[in-house]
This record gives sequence, structure tokens and C-alpha cells, in this order.
Amino acid sequence: MKQTDIKRLSLYLLFAPFALWIALLIILPHLGMLYISLREKVGPRVYEFGFENYINFFNEPIYWNTLLRTGSMSLLVTVLALLLGFPIAYYIAKIAGNRTRGALFLMCLIPLWVSDLIRAFGWILLLRETGVISSSLQWAGLIDTPIEFLYNDAAVIMGLVYTVILFMIVPLVSTLDGMDNSMIEAGYNLGGNGPTVLRRIIIPYAMPGIVAGCIVVFMLTAGSYLTPILLGGKNSSWFTEQIYDQFITRYNWEAGAAFGFLLLGFTSFVVWAGLRLTGQTLNSTVAKS
Amino acid sequence: MITRLAIAGLLAATAIAAVPAQAETLRLLTWGSYAPDELVKKFEAKYPDITVEVTFSNNEEMIAKLRATGGAGFDLAQPSHDRIFAAQQEYNIYKPLDLSKIETSKMQSSLLDGVKANTTIDGEVYAVPHQWGTSGLMTNVSMAPDVKAWGDLCDPAYKGKTSMRLRRTILLGTAFDMGEDPFAAYADLDKYQEILDKVADKLITCKDNIKAYWKGGDDLSAMMLSGEIVASETWDSTAYKLFGENPDIVFVPPKTGALAWIDTFALPRKGEADDAAYKWINFVLEPDNVKMMSASSGAIAAVEGGKDLLPDDKKAAVNAAFTDADIDNLKFFANIPPGVEDMEGKTLEKIKAATGAE
Amino acid sequence: MSSTTENDLECIQVKKHFGSVRAVDDVSFEIPKGSFFSILGPSGCGKTTLMRMIAGFETPSSGDIRIKGNSVIGTPPNRRNVKMVFQHLALFPMMNVYENIAYGLRCAGASKDVIRTKVHDVLERISLPDVANREISQLSGGQKQRIAIARCMVLDPDVLLLDEPLGALDLKLREAMKIELKLLQHQFDTTFVYITHDQSEALVMSDNVAIMSEGKFVQIGTPQQLYHDPSAAFVAGFVGDTNRWAGKVTRLEGETVEVETGAGLAMRASIRGAGRPAPGDAVSVFVRPEFITATRSADAGTGQADNRIDGKIDSILFNGANSRVLVRDSAGELIEADVVLTGGPEDLKPNDAVTLAWSAAQTMSFAS
Repeated sequence: MKQTDIKRLSLYLLFAPFALWIALLIILPHLGMLYISLREKVGPRVYEFGFENYINFFNEPIYWNTLLRTGSMSLLVTVLALLLGFPIAYYIAKIAGNRTRGALFLMCLIPLWVSDLIRAFGWILLLRETGVISSSLQWAGLIDTPIEFLYNDAAVIMGLVYTVILFMIVPLVSTLDGMDNSMIEAGYNLGGNGPTVLRRIIIPYAMPGIVAGCIVVFMLTAGSYLTPILLGGKNSSWFTEQIYDQFITRYNWEAGAAFGFLLLGFTSFVVWAGLRLTGQTLNSTVAKS
Repeated sequence: MITRLAIAGLLAATAIAAVPAQAETLRLLTWGSYAPDELVKKFEAKYPDITVEVTFSNNEEMIAKLRATGGAGFDLAQPSHDRIFAAQQEYNIYKPLDLSKIETSKMQSSLLDGVKANTTIDGEVYAVPHQWGTSGLMTNVSMAPDVKAWGDLCDPAYKGKTSMRLRRTILLGTAFDMGEDPFAAYADLDKYQEILDKVADKLITCKDNIKAYWKGGDDLSAMMLSGEIVASETWDSTAYKLFGENPDIVFVPPKTGALAWIDTFALPRKGEADDAAYKWINFVLEPDNVKMMSASSGAIAAVEGGKDLLPDDKKAAVNAAFTDADIDNLKFFANIPPGVEDMEGKTLEKIKAATGAE
Repeated sequence: MSSTTENDLECIQVKKHFGSVRAVDDVSFEIPKGSFFSILGPSGCGKTTLMRMIAGFETPSSGDIRIKGNSVIGTPPNRRNVKMVFQHLALFPMMNVYENIAYGLRCAGASKDVIRTKVHDVLERISLPDVANREISQLSGGQKQRIAIARCMVLDPDVLLLDEPLGALDLKLREAMKIELKLLQHQFDTTFVYITHDQSEALVMSDNVAIMSEGKFVQIGTPQQLYHDPSAAFVAGFVGDTNRWAGKVTRLEGETVEVETGAGLAMRASIRGAGRPAPGDAVSVFVRPEFITATRSADAGTGQADNRIDGKIDSILFNGANSRVLVRDSAGELIEADVVLTGGPEDLKPNDAVTLAWSAAQTMSFAS
């Protein structure tokens, strides 16, 4: 065997796990889902090929309203996570000393050490009518009757922001970390005040991290299930719940698969639109940070 | 010759070696608390060559799991009696039972006949009863003594203090409460749709009265014990558990009748350990084992005198809840014909999506 | 109190302490309008801290900094008309050249037309008229350097601070940029304050150089003064190449001392620095290689030099016009002396016996 052949062979071998992973765990299941989503049920064990499942979605306002609601609330969560995460990331990357940095990072990580479920129950304990917050407010004499903080959209958003904020902070810290402090000083030195430096220097520099964080957070939020279900109220529907119901309680895999693809398409569209609006590309952002 | 001997010897050796390896695995797909550890240990002690693997689930997920594999991956499943017929017709996920291998004589005959009637396809029986229980109401008598019917959950007197689970049970209960018979309407789906529409309107109007829809026994228990709600739709077993903690919380069979379900035994179509499955079925119907099972699940076994085999505290709770008249008034869930799940699903979606009445 | 406006920048008894570390310790100086002033010192001497205080990124523990006669203590960095070229230039990578230069003007609220005119003007002046639309990553090292200066100069600063901006360049480019910086400074006629640890940068470009050591200014003067008339042993040793001996004074004679070095060489030197030594005092003695003549002992004769030492050539360091020989003296020490090597047969060769000669006036003795 020639040297080049060996090189090529080892390249294939190195690449194989990745290719297998992509093919077996991502492409194949999606093809299966696509196939199921294009089957119309005409009777017990009888199916026909067609787009009925997709058409149903657009004919039923409940479905697309839920999707739009999920999308807009996910965007809100993304924005809040960015607004809260940016100062934290900036502090970790630029202000905190080396030792506090590790500790702060760890603190951001801790919520991820417990499962979604436990985290949601934690929030429930705090927010419920007879929960910690309501009782302590009563004890402090600030309110007379208990207040229910749970079972509404605000609770869902808070829970989601809490869950995903780390995924905003990590890429932000890594891009901000790569920023030379003298860049910021130069911004001031050339006459910029705080807001100008933030707007013209720091944010543009951190843009790859911001975009990467926003994409990850948006996708995670739009695809989350437990938090919106457990913290949401009687009116808060989430699109993943819709998919679960189709698959599990209504045995309607065909519609469920179609919904899955619609969610994928919708979130991809939102990400694409977001990139277009901010003038970024995937290459210049996610691949970089 | 020598080779032949050698091969024979080898085969014999393999056969001998294979005997202990025959140790079967019984893969059980059942409800949480339907396979208590002590009972599993006792079973494994009695049949040392069988290992039990338990997966906890619920009706919908059991069927989804079996459907995904065409009935493989499990050796014994325990869906409710109304989840056999249509699921089998549509997805072909079960196989017929060999009744001669089951000690059906021990079973309470009315339940056995009911389940058999519900689950016979082409002359083959697909399920036998295991335990039964009811869905009804739970109320804290010190705060809401007047809750007697499904519709009382929508009583403005308890505004913001009631709960229900947004699943088919409440649709059916509300239908009965409105004087309809939804099970009879299964035969005429147009009629059933009409009933569902009426039920949806009622439940949408009711939405303001509800604090939150509960999703599982845990959040229901927490709301009820903390007094955040005073009445709710419930599973009887959950109510019995709370009765043990606060005797003011009692199970109330609605005046139109509690809705009764029977969890059954059914064999998945590609199950690989039928014998072990039959052994488990017969094993858990032995009186001593019924006691262990009922203590864990809070449900009543479908054996003669099943109620007497409940642990004392549960028996007290049942006696506090049910009169004989209530038992006679039970409404057993009827088989769900194909298409009904979809209709009900849409109705539930409509209720969930409605942003309150007024 | 406002002093004369002749000076663009004045520092008066500026001190900066970090905990118990005195990074800058009582530094005072003034820089007249339009001059090129360098602060030269080894790394860690406090020069960067001093510069950051002038720019406003640090606040002095005590003392005053005045720009054009007005104290800037308490003025935030963005309000000081002092611009800075950073060590790694700190050009903004997400902006192109035009945007980089326009940034400061935008901050100052200039109109679009003014910005366009000024940016193109300054690009003309740095002889890069066509790069306005390039990305920073497309520029060469020297171009980046000039853009960084242009970005500051477009704002007409009173003082331009440069923090070792040539450090990252390769040698050839560095030599070229030295000259260019000097020319730019003349062209813009603005006060440059240049920080470096590289003496040749400081000597070539500056009108005045301050030598800094351990937070203090040791000497301020023109490059010639520092080189030929250092006020302290540190300056003599730090600026330029030099032979150095430690020794003891054996005799005083007017402005001249006789010194015996540790290895036993005797030489005559002129007294420099503060104070007069007494016989027996320890001194440091410096002679620059270019003041030592090396001739073959055979040709040396008996000249009138104050100091004469015989030795043998150990090695020859050929470097064109700056060639040098290393001579091992009788005490075994190496002495450097500049020589002219023409390539002819009369050139010195290794192992030649030579006589080194130099005058006492060019031999500097400092009390140590």
C-alpha cells in the first residue's frame, strides 16, 4: 500500500464514526418521519400517500396558533436570555478575576446537574400559591392573600430562561474572552462613551457569540417539553405538547410526524430570518465561536 | 466415526450448557406500582430461571411503544380493557391468549366476562382482567361538602379552587353529567360528535373555574393537600392515598356513576416469553400476592372477593366512598372504536386552546 | 492653577501604588509642544502604567497630570484629547479601514461630509489613499501601523501616546517604521509620547528621552546627552553598548580617578554622576567600544593614551561598518572594541596580539 492510500484510509476511518452518526441517528430517523408524515390514514391499517397531514395543520387555527405562540414565546425567551446573559458573560470574561471566573462558570452550570423535571418541581415549590415566595410575601406583610405565581406564561418564560441561559452565556464568554481588552480601551480612548463602546465595539465583536447563543437557545426553547407543560397554565399550549398528543394520546403518528417537520421548518425559518436581518451567516458566527 | 462422536459430544455439551442459560426474561410493560419490588422478588424466588424486567408506562404510551415495534420488545402488557380492541384492529400489536393456561376460575366472573366480551376478535380472546378502579371526584369535605356530580367542578362557589385532568375521562364524565350516554353514542359517531361539541362548550365555560389542569398524581396531590384546590376529578387510588393523610379528603363517586376501568393482561404480538407471562398472571392472582399488589397499587383485584384483599386503610377508604348502590352504578369504559380517539383529541385541543369563557 | 501653555503635557510628582508596589514613583516631566518624547525602560519599570494614567485608564495615587496646562485628573478617557496607539494596535476587526478611522469622528458627532473629507485627508497623509474599503485583515503589518496612527491623528489630539507599537513587526519593517514614525510626527506636528524598551527606537526617533527604572525617571535628556553624558550608572549601562568594570578608586587627581578593577586592571577615568568618590570607594567604570582603538602591538608604538592594555584577539564579530573585536586582556576578561575591517590584508585576525588604547575623558566612572 502506498503512503497516500494509508493516509486516505485513515482519513476515512476517522471520518466514519461521524458519518455513521449523522446517517444513522439523524438522517435515517428523519427520513422515516418524513415518510410517515406523508401517509394519509384512510382506514384501519390502510394508508395512502398525500399531503393531508400538512393541509390539516394549515386548516386548523388551533395548530398554527400554537406554533406561532411557541415561536413568539421562544423569541421572547431568547431575547431575555441574551439581555440577562450578556452582562453575566461580560462580567465572567472581562471583569472577574481568574479564580472567581471558574466559580461563576460553575454556578451557571449547576442548574444543568439536575434534570429538567427536578428543576421544574423546584420552580413549582417556589411559585405555587402555598409556595415559598407567596408565603414569605405574606409573612412580610406585603400581600394579604396568597398569590398564585404558577400556571401562567410568565412562569413558563422564567423557567425556560433559567434552563437555557447557560447556553447563551458559554458562547458569549468564549467570544468576549477572545476580545483584547485594549479594543475596549481604544473605543474609549477615541472618544466613545460607555453606550457607544458597547454598541459599536463590544456588541459587534461579540456578534458571533450572540448569534450562536441565540440560535441554540431558540432551538432548545422551541423544542422544550417539560418546562412549559409543568409550569404552564390552563391556556398555555406549547407546540411540542401538540406533537406529543398526536403521537401518544391520539395514536396519530402521521399528524405527529408532520407537526415535527413543521416545527423543524418553522424554527429553521426563524433562524434563517434572524441571520438575514442581522446580516450574519452561519459560517461567520456559529462556526467561528 | 470419531468426528461424529465428537460432534455429538459437542452438541450434548452445548445442550447441557444451554439449560441454565434458558433462564428467561419476562419483560413487563405495566403501570407504575403494578409490579412492587417485593412481589417481583417473590416471583423470581419461585421461578429461579425467570428474570423480570419492568417498564412503567400508561395506556397511551404502552400502545405507542408496542406500535413502534409491531408488538415486540415486551412479553406482557397491561393496557386498560378499552384499549385492546381498536388498537389490535388498527395496529395488530397483540396475540390471542391461551385461556387454558390461565386460572380464569379465580377471576371474578362478571369482570372476566366483561373483558372477554370487549376483547374478542374473530373468536379469539386477547385480554383477561387484572385490577380495576374508578375515576371520579375527590373533595375536601371541610371546604366543599356539596361536590356530588361532575358538573360541580364548574360550580362558581369554588371558582379557582377546582381541577381536572384534560383527558378523555372528563369528557365522558361531563357527557354523563349532561344527561347523555357517550358509550351508547359510540355506535353513531355523528351523534357522539354532537355530544363532544356540547361537552366542549361546557368545559370551555368552566375553564375560569379551574385553577389548573393536573398532569399526574403528584401535582394533583400537592394541590389538594395544600388546600389550593378543594375538589377535583381524580383516580380513586390517588384519593385513597390522600385520605390516609387527611381524612377530610374523600373520594366521591359522581351521582351519574364513577367511571370504571379494568386493567388487563395482554400478550404483545412478538412477545418471546409467553409461558413466563402466564406464570406471572397466575402468580399475581394468588390471594397473598393480590394483597401485596393491592397495597401497592390501591386498585381492587379482579378476583372473587377482591375488595376484601385490600389493606385495611384502603378498605376503609373504599367503604367510606362507595355504597353498594354506587358499585351498581359504575360505568365501565366502553371499547373505543377507531376514530374516537381523534375526535376526542380534537375536542381536548379546542378546550385547551380556548382562552377562557366570558 | 494653570501653568504656561508651552507644554502639551506635564506630569507633576505622579505616583501610582498597587498595594505595596510602587509602579510609578514620583515622576515629574514636561513635554514641549510638538516634540517626540520617549520613555525608555526595561519591562516592568512602570512605563505602561504611566502611559495608562496619561490616557486616563488609571488614576494616579497622587500628583497631577496636565494637558495643555489643564489638569485632567478626574477627566474620563473619552474626554481627554490624548489618543493612544496600542501595543497590538487594537484596530477594530469588525470594521473596515474607513469605519475604523471614522469611529472617533462619529463619537465626536461630526457630520457625514466632514468625516468623509477628514478620513480621506488623513489617508492621503499616511500615503495610503486607496485602502479605505479594505478589511483590517487585508492589511500588511506596516499598513496596520499607519492606520492605527491615522485613526488617532484624524482627531487632532494634543498628545499621541504610542505603546511599543513596533514590537510585533519584523526587524526590517521595524527599521523602516522608525523613520516613518519620525516623519509622520514632523508632518502632523503633534506631540508624540513613545514608550519602548528598545533603546534604538528611542534614540533614533526622539527629541527627548526619559530613562525609567523601578518607577522612577533616572534621567531625561536628548539622545546624545543620554549616550555621552549619562547621569547615572544605570543610564550608562542601559543606553548603548559598553564595556563595564567594577573597581575601587586608588587615587584622585582633579576630575580624573585612577581605578583598579576587580580583576586587577588599572585605568584612568573621568568622574561622572553625583558626588565625588574618595580613595577606596567602589565605582563602576564604563567605556564604549567605539572609543577604544585596537592596533597590532607591533604597530602600536608608545602613544599618549591615558589607558593602554595589551591583549590578544579572541574573536572577530564582523558586522560591516559596525564590526567589533573581542580582546582578552592579561587578566582574562573580554573587552569589546570597534574596528574597521576593509577586507584587506592589514585587517586584524584572531590571535593577533593587540594594544587597546582609550582616553580617560571617555571613560566614565560612577559611584556604586
